[in-house]
Amino acid sequence: MTAAWFTLVCVSEESLLSGSFEQLAMPHFERLYNFACWLTHDRQEAEDLVQETYAKALKGFSSFQQGTNFRAWIYKILRNAFLTSRTGLKVTATVPLDLEGDEENLPKIRETPESILLQRSDRELVQKALEQLPVAYREVLLLCEVEEMSYQEISATLSIPMGTVMSRLSRARRALRTSVQTAQVQKMQGA
Amino acid sequence: MVCETWNDKLDAYLDGELPAGEERALGEHLQGCAACAAESLSRVQLKRAVHDAGQRFTPDPAFRARIQKNIVAKQPAHWSRFWLPVLATAMVLLIAGAITLRVNSVRRGEQQLVSELADLHVATLASSNPVDVVSTERHTVKPWFAGKIPFTFNLPELKDSPFVLMGAKVSYLNQSPGAELIFSVRQHRISVFIFQERALGSLRADDAARSGLSFNVRSWSHDGLQYFVIGDASAQDLDKLSELLKAAA
Ligand SMILES: [Zn+2]
Repeated sequence: MTAAWFTLVCVSEESLLSGSFEQLAMPHFERLYNFACWLTHDRQEAEDLVQETYAKALKGFSSFQQGTNFRAWIYKILRNAFLTSRTGLKVTATVPLDLEGDEENLPKIRETPESILLQRSDRELVQKALEQLPVAYREVLLLCEVEEMSYQEISATLSIPMGTVMSRLSRARRALRTSVQTAQVQKMQGA
Repeated sequence: MVCETWNDKLDAYLDGELPAGEERALGEHLQGCAACAAESLSRVQLKRAVHDAGQRFTPDPAFRARIQKNIVAKQPAHWSRFWLPVLATAMVLLIAGAITLRVNSVRRGEQQLVSELADLHVATLASSNPVDVVSTERHTVKPWFAGKIPFTFNLPELKDSPFVLMGAKVSYLNQSPGAELIFSVRQHRISVFIFQERALGSLRADDAARSGLSFNVRSWSHDGLQYFVIGDASAQDLDKLSELLKAAA
């Protein structure tokens, strides 16, 4: 009986890993794919990235610490996979993505853009502006506004201090605002 | 123009990340300051716009199915981290319950003798030194008992049988010494007790096969000796061993 009991415990330990992994990971699938598309600008590459992320996450799931933030953990895996991908390396070669949080290397933004007012029809315009943002700004904005992560979660996902999360968010918003504003003006002039 | 003091805090305020005290203070300020209120409206609009515009790409359902299949393919079952401890606890309780039930039913049962022997058998299995003489050789075991018990008996021939003699020890029933032989058959242990019939005293032994407890029991008497075969092996195994013992006697 002891042997049978032991086997039972061992088997369930294994299935326990995959069972809870699926339960923890699959709810993030759509969002991870969306995030991957924003990073890669390419659906096929995004699929590869998501697939790689799930494979790596499942493989490393035993190292995931229970009680810590699973979402931050899996987004971090996806982001690291992106940064080491061909597209990721190309992107960070042209616009540095400073992992140490040294904001000096990131593009400078005009300090105080004017307040802008947006309309529903500006959605496409905002999408385009997001697309054109440096990846460091784009990702922090997506994590904050789309994923609605707390500063703490963003800090864990991007491996940067809380203070850097706040300053990078602030710069990203100003950059986006400037970009949207410019596009609004162009749209009005073109119309 | 936005007030200098609040400019840097507006983002954190709108993100819900400002400490409670500052949040209240800024909220009050926004009620009375048109410039800051207009600025915060603009920022809220941008937040909302990014929130909407950011949700742009939807994966192919076939892709989702593929990923899901990959995960499930690794292992079949889906026990959650929540259910495993519950299940484990239930199993432990079940086992503990079974033991308690067994002990209770045996103790309460009229077969007090069987319960005594079952206890002796369990005590032997649980002991760190289960036997006094370790031997698989019946010719060593028989002489070992000489002078230790007030009777002699013959050990069965085990060649061509699934049984292995593990050893033997002296056992006591009503303070009378008897023989306990321990056999193994596959993963099971079987105790064979041999006592003089008169040593049983008021304890009654049915010459019968019993089961329904955790152990199967076989009992018979021969030539003034009472034999008991007890263990968690199958009824067939107990019958087979009983036949071998009877044949040797
Ligand atoms: Zn103000």
